[in-house]
Amino acid sequence: MTAIRNEIRFLLNGRKVALADVRPGETLLDFLRLDRRLTGTKEGCAEGDCGACTVLVGRLSGGRLVYESVNACIRFLASLDGCHVVTVEHLKRADGSLHPVQQALVDFHGSQCGFCTPGFVMSLYALWMREPQPSTQAIEKALQGNLCRCTGYEPIVRAARAVSSYGEAGADPLAVERAAVVAEIEAMKDGARVEIGKGHERLVIPAGVDDLAAVLEAEPDATIVAGATDVGLWVTKFMRDIAPAVFIGGLEELRAVSEEDSVLTIGAGVSYSEALPHLAVRIPALGPLIDRVGGEQVRNMGTIGGNIANGSPIGDMPPPLIALGARLTLRKGKERRTIPLEDFFIAYGRQDRRPGEFVEAVHVPLPDAGTHFAAWKVSKRRDEDITAVLGAFNLALNADGKVTGVRVAYGGMAATPKRAAAVEAELIGKTWTAGTVERAMGAYERDFTPISDTRASAAYRMLTAKNLLKRFFLETSGAGGPLMVSRDEAA
Amino acid sequence: MTRHETLNLRKAKIAGGVATDRRHDSAHKHVTGEAVYIDDMAEPAGTLHAYLGLSEVAHGAIRSIDLTAVESAPGVVAVLTAKDVPGINDISPAGLHDEPILAEGDVQFLGQPVFAVIAQTREAARRACRLAKVEYEEKPALIDIAEVEPQGARLVTKPLMLARGTAAEAIRAAPRRIKGRMRVGGQDHFYLEGQIAFALPGEDADVTVHSSTQHPSEVQHMVAHALGVPSHAVTIEVRRMGGAFGGKETQANLFAAIAAIAAKRTGRPVKIRPDRDDDMTATGKRHDFLIDYEVGFDEEGNILGVDLTYAARCGFSADLSGPVTDRALFHCDNAYFYPAVRAVSAPLYTNTVSNTAFRGFGGPQGMLGAERIIDEVAFALGKDPLEIRKRNFYGNGNRNVTPYHQEVEDNVVHRVVSEVEKSAGYAARRRAIAAFNAKSEIVKRGIALTPVKFGISFTATHFNQAGALVHVYTDGSVHLNHGGTEMGQGLYVKVAQVVAEEFQIDIGEVKITATTTGKVPNTSATAASSGSDLNGMAAQNGARQIKNRLIDFAAERYGVPQEQIVFLPGRVRVGNQEIPFPDLVRQAYMARVQLSAAGFYKTPKIHWDRDSGRGRPFYYFAYGAACAEVSVDTLTGEYMVERVDILHETGKSLNPAIDLGQIEGGFIQGMGWLTTEELVWDGKGRLTTHAPSTYKIPLASDRPKVFNVTLADWAENTEPTIHRSKAVGEPPFMLAMSVLHALSDAVASVAGHKHCPRLDAPATPERVLMAVERLRAEA
Repeated sequence: MTAIRNEIRFLLNGRKVALADVRPGETLLDFLRLDRRLTGTKEGCAEGDCGACTVLVGRLSGGRLVYESVNACIRFLASLDGCHVVTVEHLKRADGSLHPVQQALVDFHGSQCGFCTPGFVMSLYALWMREPQPSTQAIEKALQGNLCRCTGYEPIVRAARAVSSYGEAGADPLAVERAAVVAEIEAMKDGARVEIGKGHERLVIPAGVDDLAAVLEAEPDATIVAGATDVGLWVTKFMRDIAPAVFIGGLEELRAVSEEDSVLTIGAGVSYSEALPHLAVRIPALGPLIDRVGGEQVRNMGTIGGNIANGSPIGDMPPPLIALGARLTLRKGKERRTIPLEDFFIAYGRQDRRPGEFVEAVHVPLPDAGTHFAAWKVSKRRDEDITAVLGAFNLALNADGKVTGVRVAYGGMAATPKRAAAVEAELIGKTWTAGTVERAMGAYERDFTPISDTRASAAYRMLTAKNLLKRFFLETSGAGGPLMVSRDEAA
Repeated sequence: MTRHETLNLRKAKIAGGVATDRRHDSAHKHVTGEAVYIDDMAEPAGTLHAYLGLSEVAHGAIRSIDLTAVESAPGVVAVLTAKDVPGINDISPAGLHDEPILAEGDVQFLGQPVFAVIAQTREAARRACRLAKVEYEEKPALIDIAEVEPQGARLVTKPLMLARGTAAEAIRAAPRRIKGRMRVGGQDHFYLEGQIAFALPGEDADVTVHSSTQHPSEVQHMVAHALGVPSHAVTIEVRRMGGAFGGKETQANLFAAIAAIAAKRTGRPVKIRPDRDDDMTATGKRHDFLIDYEVGFDEEGNILGVDLTYAARCGFSADLSGPVTDRALFHCDNAYFYPAVRAVSAPLYTNTVSNTAFRGFGGPQGMLGAERIIDEVAFALGKDPLEIRKRNFYGNGNRNVTPYHQEVEDNVVHRVVSEVEKSAGYAARRRAIAAFNAKSEIVKRGIALTPVKFGISFTATHFNQAGALVHVYTDGSVHLNHGGTEMGQGLYVKVAQVVAEEFQIDIGEVKITATTTGKVPNTSATAASSGSDLNGMAAQNGARQIKNRLIDFAAERYGVPQEQIVFLPGRVRVGNQEIPFPDLVRQAYMARVQLSAAGFYKTPKIHWDRDSGRGRPFYYFAYGAACAEVSVDTLTGEYMVERVDILHETGKSLNPAIDLGQIEGGFIQGMGWLTTEELVWDGKGRLTTHAPSTYKIPLASDRPKVFNVTLADWAENTEPTIHRSKAVGEPPFMLAMSVLHALSDAVASVAGHKHCPRLDAPATPERVLMAVERLRAEA
């Protein structure tokens, strides 16, 4: 019998917090501002896009304490069990002096209206702890999830470069007190299932994956909440009732990445940030792609499993994973089944997930040496934007330059992430030449009839989708000059 | 230790005087989260929360409103509809009575407030709003201005015509003629702090409203009208806004009025703060424009005559659309002399949210028309657009009359542009880009150098006045208040610098206090870049009154002539002795000298006759120039801003660090407007880009990779403005035109620079790619 606890426990700045009264949809931001009157953390958009609500969440990952920036506006309070929440109020020193990040921002005129500033402070704090001497690109990446409307960012970036001249990251309280915090968090972890609330208004934090399976069998209609980067908006924007809710973000067993026989297995709870070092090394084309998923806060929260499970036609992970031939393991109770990822997506808003079932892991075959793989996202704004079109290409050629294997998948072109079957058929067995590609570009209309919406017109989607194949061809065969614009240092 | 002993009597310079870099007065509070915005204020017990119920159709008659489920929802205390407005149900800033607080009879855009719910919590109020049953009889809705012919269309306010010479004849007689149309998108302000108001009821008819507004006096008037009480019963206060950019010039009125009505009705404090999506749906934005142009020119590229029509999507009411479309016409020339010109505005009625002020106030759209004309001429003649620009600049002493018959007397555009041309290495880089493009199949580069000349003053002459209140306390510390509001631009610190300079005391001795209608009345909006010009002068005037009284007093007390009394840092020299400032103040107090003054300022020289289209609407002009280089992917339309060089002149800057921030920030905001910020309405009139997930303002990674920004150190205002400085809030915004034109240049390269790309704004990757395709087809 699993032990049951009826409260969540976490650290908030320097204090222990135990809460027995938590609603499933209660956000960390509301708790901070309304309950604790910690008003330094701001609400700018309530959808995880502006970063004004950025706080740090420290959690144990393989016994190591990691602090990550997250959006408090879409982070549910219940998901903080066993974590250390650090808000901007925690930074000022006891003697009233400013933290190095804060002093740098003051000295470089990094704030104007100041409303976004606490969020920038927290994002830069996380960056500085991780990378005390960051490159400009690293700063930009750390700030993808923070909007500033006043400064144009230049003074903020200048400040970010200078933080280490104001103090040493190793001497920061969060570094110095690491062992003590780990001990406090360890002490909170009792291996119990957390259950709060009665009847429908209930939330559960399972004790482990087996417990999760049991909980979902008993309550197949429960909302599964992992990173909450999508479910958070159901609450803040659509005011949807997510109860009963099952929080799986804290389940270490779902956060594992392993490799066996050239197949990378990614647990459903692995965040983009956690997956990145594995994927970027083993499948280099995925590194730059993941860098363009959401902002840093969203990548710290959002999971690859969630990106698949929610079935969005514009999720950024399914097309490349489909092109790679990934398979998905779903589990119900003790039973598991593994299916090709592309078969999971049935229609818009409809996935092959049965009642009581949950996504447990995705298995990604690593491309063979000699095959070509690419995945490119096109969006209105380069970073932290929702995809207009995403194309992924996986190509094997024989010694004669003939296409012996090809998988092409797109996001944003249909009601689900979808393979381009007609395009593939045009390519397979043909010699990989400009002419072949030109002919294949004529097959797109048989595969796709994209829609026009806020992000792009149907015509632009179709044209860009075809042009990405052309880019792929040029990448494998060479062209005069660069193939795309880049954020690297100016030429 | 007493305060006096800490004073340094030999100090050579005060801390925080004018013309010095000084950090924002709240910077240390911004970074710690201690700066208090309205939503951070402690709520008195019993505080209630209001939320707005918005129209679900773009145009229709309200057939019925059933609010029974709303009223009985948990936590709901009251529900307001139009009939619950005790005074006048109108917040039209134009005085046209065309903008109800809550819709009555008809709704005219999707998102128009129909009712308000007052509840124990914000969440309860918001949830209850969703339970309303409102039935509409839908009427045809006009959403897109491309659907209407400006001639004969319904206008929200009187159009303007500017004319000099006979444009039609000049164009007809010109060797070359081009006609075209440009579409310029709107822009959401995306202030990080959304709209908010917090009303506290007082005794009698009194109410105090903390309002995130650029225009406390107007909010005061609107609240008074809505409540049906005299203005003296209403006090509006604002310490700081979390960004505004024009979006809180009139748009705060609605929220303040609802909060005040609800507070008086319930007798309890009421706060209202819409969710970001509702904020973006229910409040006005920058106007999108359709610009029809015709230009006549000669083979050298001299512009001979120009005819322009600026049609704007104004939305359902006038709001500020009159002055916004006027200002578009005032900038249809940018920095160029038109020998003959006719420009007309068409402020069109549409069933969309009523568009409003936004940094530049129509000026940016006006200038884009001029810059498009330059591009057209350049591509038609196969010349570099920069050459055409320079050829057509206003002259000094000749060719210097604007379309509104004001002479340009302070022209520095030649110098500004030539300095940027040099510092950016324009000519060499243009050659390098041509060489790169010749070899690069997919990625193409482009470069452009564009000028800005922006007119400074409210075009409504009477707004060009300001008041300030200065108290000197007996310890020598100073309390400063003025009518300007702080939205992040650093106005408070600049005005405090002016006062510190006047008294020759450290800026730390000057307490900056929240703007409130109770201290300085009848103020103008902090807008039109005028904040420091107006309030700085008013505060200086207030300080000088006190200073003069101190001089009079010291002259009499010490028996020295007035000219021998000099304010030195921290002290006053009276004849042969130096007296610490606080000591002199104390002595003056003991002698019963008034140590408080109300300062006042009105801008001289300006006048404007709208009916004849003649006058001097602007006290002076602000100038700048920017050179931008971009790279464009011709397979997807994606682009990158490689480098930008800016030279901007701010006169003799009060605070170069703050001004630099305005230039950098204004430029990036302008770049957003012209690139990724796209407002999309669906066929039903619903704004589908109503949140940062769908509406994309620039990120740090959209900055130019190389960004060189310089303030012209040689500049000085030719007019006696506050310490000869110039306004800086709006002008740099338009420097971003260089990015649009650099994109246009890159696109043009695919057709050998022989066809004008006619790249409309915002130049999203989609628009860029489609322009590439169009040009390839033409080539």
